[in-house]
Formats: sequence, C-alpha cells, structure tokens
Amino acid sequence: MDMQKYALGPLPNDGLSAEDRDLFSDARPVPYEPYPVAVVEKFVNWVRANSLWLLAFGTGCGAIELNPLMTARFDAYRMGVQMRPTPRQSSVFIIGGYASVKTLKRIIRSYEQMQGPKFVVCLGICPINGGMYWDSYNTLNKFDEYLPVDLYITGCMPRPEVLMAGVLELKKKIKEGRADGANRYIENFEWYKANQKRVIKDWNMPDYNW
Amino acid sequence: MANAIQLLADFGRNFTLSDIREQRVDLAFCKAPKEQAVRLIRELRDDAGYTHLVFLTNTDYIEQGIFTLTYMLHNYDARHTLGVHVDLDRNAAEMESIHNLWAQAATYQRELREMYGIRFPGSPRLDEDFCLEGWDQIPPMLKEFDTAAFSLERFHSREGRGSVDPSEHMKTLLYPTHSDEPSSGGS
Amino acid sequence: MQNWPSQIGYFMLNLTIVGLYGMLLSGIVARTLAKVQGRIGIPLYQPFLDLAKNLGKRTAVSHGVMFYLGPVFRLAGGIGTLAFVPVLYGSEIFGNFSMAGDLLLAMYFMFFGQLGMALGAGESGHPFSAIGIARGLGQMTAYEVPFALAIIAIVVQYDTLSITEIVAAQQGGIGNWTVFTNPLAVIAAMIAFLGMTAYPPFDVVMAPNEIPIGPPTEYHSSYLAMMTMNQAVFAGAKLILFMALFFGGATNLVELVIKTWAIYMVAVVVGAAFPRFRVDQSIRFFLRYPTLIGIAAIAYTQAVLLP
Repeated sequence: MDMQKYALGPLPNDGLSAEDRDLFSDARPVPYEPYPVAVVEKFVNWVRANSLWLLAFGTGCGAIELNPLMTARFDAYRMGVQMRPTPRQSSVFIIGGYASVKTLKRIIRSYEQMQGPKFVVCLGICPINGGMYWDSYNTLNKFDEYLPVDLYITGCMPRPEVLMAGVLELKKKIKEGRADGANRYIENFEWYKANQKRVIKDWNMPDYNW
Repeated sequence: MANAIQLLADFGRNFTLSDIREQRVDLAFCKAPKEQAVRLIRELRDDAGYTHLVFLTNTDYIEQGIFTLTYMLHNYDARHTLGVHVDLDRNAAEMESIHNLWAQAATYQRELREMYGIRFPGSPRLDEDFCLEGWDQIPPMLKEFDTAAFSLERFHSREGRGSVDPSEHMKTLLYPTHSDEPSSGGS
Repeated sequence: MQNWPSQIGYFMLNLTIVGLYGMLLSGIVARTLAKVQGRIGIPLYQPFLDLAKNLGKRTAVSHGVMFYLGPVFRLAGGIGTLAFVPVLYGSEIFGNFSMAGDLLLAMYFMFFGQLGMALGAGESGHPFSAIGIARGLGQMTAYEVPFALAIIAIVVQYDTLSITEIVAAQQGGIGNWTVFTNPLAVIAAMIAFLGMTAYPPFDVVMAPNEIPIGPPTEYHSSYLAMMTMNQAVFAGAKLILFMALFFGGATNLVELVIKTWAIYMVAVVVGAAFPRFRVDQSIRFFLRYPTLIGIAAIAYTQAVLLP
C-alpha cells in the first residue's frame, strides 16, 4: 500500500442512493502529523495514555468483562479509564470478543466517527483467529484485515485482570508513540475498504463515516 | 403432569397425532401433520391452557429429506411444556404462519426464513434481513452448506492455528516423564 | 470603573483561579462519590488530564456554524456569570465588575449559556441531543421558579440588586447570614441549586443509561474541552453567587474554598443518596413545594422582616 493512495479524489460513496449521497461527506481522511515539537508530542502522548475513554459498545460476549472493570473490585477509573457512550468522545474501541459481519458494519461506523488519535484493542481470541468460532459462517477470523489493531488481549474469556494488564500495555504503547493505528488505517485506506467491502455485501453507508 | 398423555389422546380424536411421547413429567412431545398443526396449536392455546410460545425452531433431517419444526408451548397453570413437531418437505418448505397467535412468532419465522429458507406466507417482515445482512449464499443452517469451507474462503483463516487434545496436553505438561507403558524397571 | 486595564487583568486572574478550582472540585467530587461506592476513584488531577487530552485531539468534525458557537455561548455564559459576581467581599482584586444591578445580570447569564448550548447541540442533529435539550430547558424553567422567588425575597429583604451590598448587609457575625435571617428563601434556593448542579435525582438532562449523555453527544475534541472549562467556571461562579447571597460571602480565599466546598457537598451528598427522577417528576417537584416555600419566603420577608 503506497502512501499516495489517500491523495486520490473524493470518495465514490457507491453504496448510497443518489439522494442520500448529498447528505454525506465524500472527503477523504488524511493522516495527521505529530506535533512539530517533540516535547509537546511526548507530553500529549502521556496525557492521552492517562485519559483513556472507552467506547461503551459491547460487540461480543467479551463486553461482559468490561462492566466489572469499572466496579469497586477492579476500579479502572484510577488508571484514567472512563466509559463514554458516544464514539465522538471516546478514544479506545474494545472489540469485545467475536465480531460478526453485521456487527462489523456498526464497528466501522463507530470507529470512523471516533476522533483521532484512536486505539483499537481486541479482547479475546476470536478477533485474532476466530477462536472457537473459526469455522462459523458469520464470524470474522482476522479482525486486523478490517480495522487496524493496536493491542491484542488473548484468552477465552480474558478476565478483567488481563484486561487491566492490557490497558497498562496500551498506555505504554501510547506513551512511546507506537499506537498509531488510526494513521495506518488512513494510509492503507483502500486496502482496508476493499477488505471491508469483501465481507459486507450490502454496503449501504458512506465510504468514510465522518 | 400425568394427564398430558390423556390430553393428547383427547385431542387425537380430532387430529391425527403420532409419536406421542412423555419425556419427563413436565415435558411431552407429539407430531402433527402439517395441515392440522396450526389448528392444533390454536386449540392448545385457547382451550388447553398452553398460552406461552417458548420457542419455534427447526431441525434439518437431510437424509430423510424433511425439516422438522418444533413448536414449544408452555402451560403456566399445569407447569407443563408440550412440543409439537411438524414435518415439512425439504424441497418445498412452506408452513402456515402463527404470527396471529403470538406476535413474537413473526421474529422466529423471520429467522427460520433466513437460516433455512422456510417460507411462512403472510408473516410480517418475513423477507427482511435478520441476523445476516447482505447474505449471498444458500441459507447457512442447511446441512449442505459447508460453513468451514465458506469461512476459509471468505474470512481468511489465520496461519499457525493448531489444536491439541486437552487431556494429552495437560499430561505432557504436568508429567513430562509419564508414559502409558508400564515401566520395565519397576516391580 | 476608572481603572479598566487593571480590572480586566484582575478578572483574568479570577477566571483562572475559579476555573482551576472548579476543575479540582470535579475531581474531588468524583473521588468522594467513588468512596461512597467503595472504590478508590480517579486521581484528583484527572479532570485536567481529560481537558488536555481533548485539546490535544488531532481531528475535529463540525456540524455547522451554531455547532461552533454553542460551546462559545456556553463559555460566555459561564464567564459572564462570574464577571458580575464579586468573588471576595471588600477586595479590589477579587471584586470583578460588580455594580448596582449585577444580581440581575448574573441571573441572566446563567440562562444565556443554556440557551446557546441548546442551539449548538440542536444543530448537531443527534436525537439524544434534542431530547436532552428539551429536558434541560424544561427542568431549567422549573427550577428557575423557586430560585427567582428566593432572589426576589432577599432583594426585598435587603432592598438592593447589588450582590456586594447584599454581602455587606450580612457582615458582622454568623447570625447576619441570610440562611439565618431568611431561612425559607435559602431552602427554596438550595433546592433549586440541586436542580442546577444536575446531580441525581435531577440528572434528567445527561441521564446516563437513558439518553447516554444528552446534549453534548456529538461534541468532541476542543469543543468538549471548551465545555469542560465552562463547566468548571460556571460551577465556581454559581457557588460563589450562592455563597455571597445566602452564606455571608467570603473575605479571604480560604473562607471561600471552605464555604463553596460545603455548599457543593450538599448537592453531592443528595446525589449520592438518591436515584434519578423521571422528567415529569423532576419538573413537577420544583413547581410544588420549592415554589410554595419561595412564595412563603416572600410573604415572610414582607410580613416579618420588613416591619
């Protein structure tokens, strides 16, 4: 995937009907640059790592492990983790276990509405290789073909402790500036879109959900 | 409920029931012909107290060329569950809708339409997508649909996937020197 | 008002202090609530991190001109409220732009921010925003009734519309505070205060689990940061206004912090103890006993205090 791909013209939005096409933006997303001053970028990365807002969107059975995370026993608030009910404000998307094709559509819409920098954490074995549903007609086997993944937490099901360890690992990655999934998504936009459209046969949404 | 068999025997005067079978004290099954099934279910609901539709599901007997629908009904007063089996021809799978008996049955019928391709004429929103959106293959729950091959082709299995027998794995993990053969040095 | 430049400089200082205090207060409240729930809770500085994170977001999406202006109006409401409330009594630095009719202006600005927010969130087009705004404006109209009645009562009592003069009248001992001279008005105003802070049982606007976060659903990045800042300034300004009107004002910063913290804790403790009202319950609640108490406060002021 070469870097020139995202400089192509406006998005075609083929999946939309003619009258709907006017309602959606056809602008291409562009990758964003880090702050020019290294110290500022480092500070902002530290802030980002310590203020992780999870999108409260349970995409699979693993979402049940997210709720105890916020309760008195595990209390992820003390690590700067909060749940946000709207994708606009959240920065971390936890794929909670298996993702079906129908859910993938919603995942893509929510992910693209999140504001960068944004991070995707895959929870459980299913987004990695399908897990126990690897031969199902509806479960995605390699989630990283459809969205860029910053961190995997394997297990079936991972307990909240593992999830917390994953959060700490994600923090480390963000602080080091290695969690750049959102930019990878835009740089390889055509490849991700082609993969998404290969499994989503009734593509009836804009090519990028601004 | 001891009189479930009795009840079905009574119903048997008006319907041709077969395979009457008492599974447990609170669970019984019977099989009704396709033409009589909905009338039987209506009478069970209205006259015999089986007011609750627990579920409606289907089994694919590909060898015999039939689908077997199961209408699971529950009687709250008697605390008794009754399953009504209905055989359908696999090649022309069509059944009378019961959405006017229980509104929620429409959802079950929508699912059966999607997963097995069984038609329920008159059922609301029958042809809308339910779990599968944009499905372009034969209905996935049919026995002739090879899900593993489809998944490999569509979803690209990840390399490096293996499987181990749990008991063997734990045996080698916990007792590395253990062998099933009796050791020659002993006794 | 002769010394404009220095007064503006002083106001900026006030704004910074009150803003920082408001942010810290939200951290304190979150930690207090965490203790109630048996958790450790967020670090005290977490609100500052969240603010910096939102400011440091790399992308932002707009939904139109009013979408931009909503947070600006809201921030203007917060700053405007603060501008006309003297933070400390008898201090030139912390006096702000206090003048003869500043109580009316402060009340107006408290309304203004909400209306601007309503326009901005309305343009975002999210259904939850629209529902949240309808609820917010409905509830605001309801709690303004007891609040306005309480204000009328103390205006009649002190015969002035100047906050500084009201504070001046309460000096000279704890017995001179409005809360002891005119308790009915303070009760009505404090109940209205519960509605203003939007903690349970009056959190029908944000209503988590119901209309997830209401009006700001579509707000993100620096828009959200702006609204967080306003929340801090507005909360501080409101607390200072309540302290000045009902609890004798403050003559130094320590007194200010203790008194405003105690006032805020009323809302927090009530919030930690009660579940949420339904919208209709909440609105009817304000229009019943608090309103009656407010009317009684005016009658009490007229009949008992004035003669």
